[in-house]
Amino acid sequence: MRHSRAFWLFVGPFTAGLAIFVYLPIGWSVLLSFFDARNTVTPSTFVGFANYADMLTDASFLRSLGTFSLFALFVVPLTFVLALALALLVNGIRSMQAFFRSVFFMPFACSYVVASLVWKLSIFNGVRFGLANTVLGWFGAEPIAWTVSTSPPWYWLVLVTLRLWLQLGFYMILFIAGLQRIPRVLYEAASIDGASSGWQTLRFITLPQLRTTSVAVLLLLLVAAYQAFDEFYNVLGAGPFGRPPLLYLYNIALGSGGQDFGHGSAGAVILTLLIAGVTLAHGKVFAR
Amino acid sequence: MISRRRLLSASAATVLLAACGSNTGRGNGQALRQWYHAYGEPGVQQAVERYAKSYDKVPVEVQWNPGDYESKLATSLLSGTGPDVFESTLQISAVRSNQIVALDDVISSARDDFTATILAGHTVDGKVYGVPQAVDMQMLFYRKSMFAAAGLQPPSTVDELVEAARKLTSGGVKGLFAGNDGGAAVLGGPALWSAGLDYVTPEHQVGFDDPLAAQAIGKLRDLYSSGALLLGAVKDWAEPDAFTQGLVAMQWTGLWTVPAVQKALGDDFGVLPWPRLNDAGRPSVPVGAFGAMVNAKSSRIDEAKEFVRWLWVERADYQEDFNLSYGFHIPPRASLAAKAAKLQSGQAADAVKFVRDNAKSSNPPDWTSAMRTSYTDAVSRVIRDGAPADAELRTAVSKVRDELKRIYG
Repeated sequence: MRHSRAFWLFVGPFTAGLAIFVYLPIGWSVLLSFFDARNTVTPSTFVGFANYADMLTDASFLRSLGTFSLFALFVVPLTFVLALALALLVNGIRSMQAFFRSVFFMPFACSYVVASLVWKLSIFNGVRFGLANTVLGWFGAEPIAWTVSTSPPWYWLVLVTLRLWLQLGFYMILFIAGLQRIPRVLYEAASIDGASSGWQTLRFITLPQLRTTSVAVLLLLLVAAYQAFDEFYNVLGAGPFGRPPLLYLYNIALGSGGQDFGHGSAGAVILTLLIAGVTLAHGKVFAR
Repeated sequence: MISRRRLLSASAATVLLAACGSNTGRGNGQALRQWYHAYGEPGVQQAVERYAKSYDKVPVEVQWNPGDYESKLATSLLSGTGPDVFESTLQISAVRSNQIVALDDVISSARDDFTATILAGHTVDGKVYGVPQAVDMQMLFYRKSMFAAAGLQPPSTVDELVEAARKLTSGGVKGLFAGNDGGAAVLGGPALWSAGLDYVTPEHQVGFDDPLAAQAIGKLRDLYSSGALLLGAVKDWAEPDAFTQGLVAMQWTGLWTVPAVQKALGDDFGVLPWPRLNDAGRPSVPVGAFGAMVNAKSSRIDEAKEFVRWLWVERADYQEDFNLSYGFHIPPRASLAAKAAKLQSGQAADAVKFVRDNAKSSNPPDWTSAMRTSYTDAVSRVIRDGAPADAELRTAVSKVRDELKRIYG
């Protein structure tokens, strides 16, 4: 009896919070997706799957889903490899390890909005005195409108560097934690068996031992790629180029007089199913 | 500045997301509650509080709302905790979902004195839902000295403008700045009006289902691809910095920048409406106004309406003070605009004339956000990506037609 009371004392508030602030809104959103819900969250006009049909034939929404699937395909491996490399480097040095860990982790503590503004307004602004354009100027090149140009789409350079700067440190820490869990005896045994300390140990000891961490990191990266919002919103605004699905849905349901919760919710459900599908597929592929 | 930018072009999106406060400011139940968004100019908050205080029939409690006013207001109207009186632009969806009440009896005595285009922006199905408070407008600013040095006349057609922008581009100076998206957000409307088209016709049909629209948008693409546009500026079109720093010979921006531009450039600038494309079109300036509205869920609609009538119709002196003592707006009442001292000469007088002769509603009530998104997306793709204008516009036309069918049947 006492056990159960303590259990609910600790778990209860959290569960209640989760139910009220997470599960209820999700459930409500699913409900709204079947109604014509404009300017109301208590709609009365049931429309079945009409909202879903609209969203699945909405060229802009499909385009943004496509764009971000491509984005995920590109940015997930890139972040993964760079974070792992950074972790191996930082973990390998003998002195000042804590210092470098903090230095690389620190950007993660920076607000996405603040970082976006720095990237947009000072590093990659399009006039001749922007940082990137100043550097180009040294080589006699013309200024580039980084966030505007669509051919070539330079804005991806801005957004990918920004995202890497913000996120690498976090995934690096996850990898370092993983690395430190690998028993040293494995390396010693490998060394005695004649494995070279470079590529061979990495390939046959480190990477297999990091498997669980890697799977978790990949999963987090995938979800984060589809949920991109802040930096895109702040760097690119609402235009049709590089517009994440969430930003499109935000405009429909909440932005500037939209208030179309039916279509917004339907889109959110579709996006959730897509993320869940990708995650399940990922689990299948990487399952032991 | 931020809120004004949103007022005139809701697709501009440099707005930081702000958390919605749960404190609705509900007082002792006695006072009428009135909401404003946070105006950037110093003194406005004190002014509106002073107006409210001098109303002697019922106490009025003013709430000043920094941050994302539009979302906060929408949420509060939805949940029934909203203010009795508030300022907003008019969306047809607010009327159709019975969120606001008609104010024809409030405005009655002064109806004809309000500038027609401005009042039309607050009218749905023939009924007025907002009493316009202050007019904002956009226009083309040009440097007289740069035009003189290049031997150019101020452009009176779109072709002349494209030509001038090209000729004035040299060295570190670009011809025109119309926003970092190449003008997609702010020039989409003027481009249609320049060809005698519009977003939506008075008969509730798509206003740009016409080959001329592709031609008009094509001109914006010409501007973009000619290299005459300034792109990627630190501040966007709503701030005059690119113009005052001499980075451009022309900039599309708003009336609100006139004092700053005057301070920086003295008399070395002029203002123009967006020129016409052809003989069917006319020069145009987009105008918008916040209007005072009454919440239909208020328990004191009559008192709220009476307060709005008193503040924005009866007290013309307050309207003049509100428009001209702090920022730089045009009073929506023609009689006040005509006699206000600050609007008698120079660029301000030109602006008043444009509002009288060339005004187009920057965001009509039945131009919904879904329509705006699809149209602006199409324009963006044409301007920045070189997508074929007729195909892109066809997609937008069909989307707008669907929306109109949903709204008007």
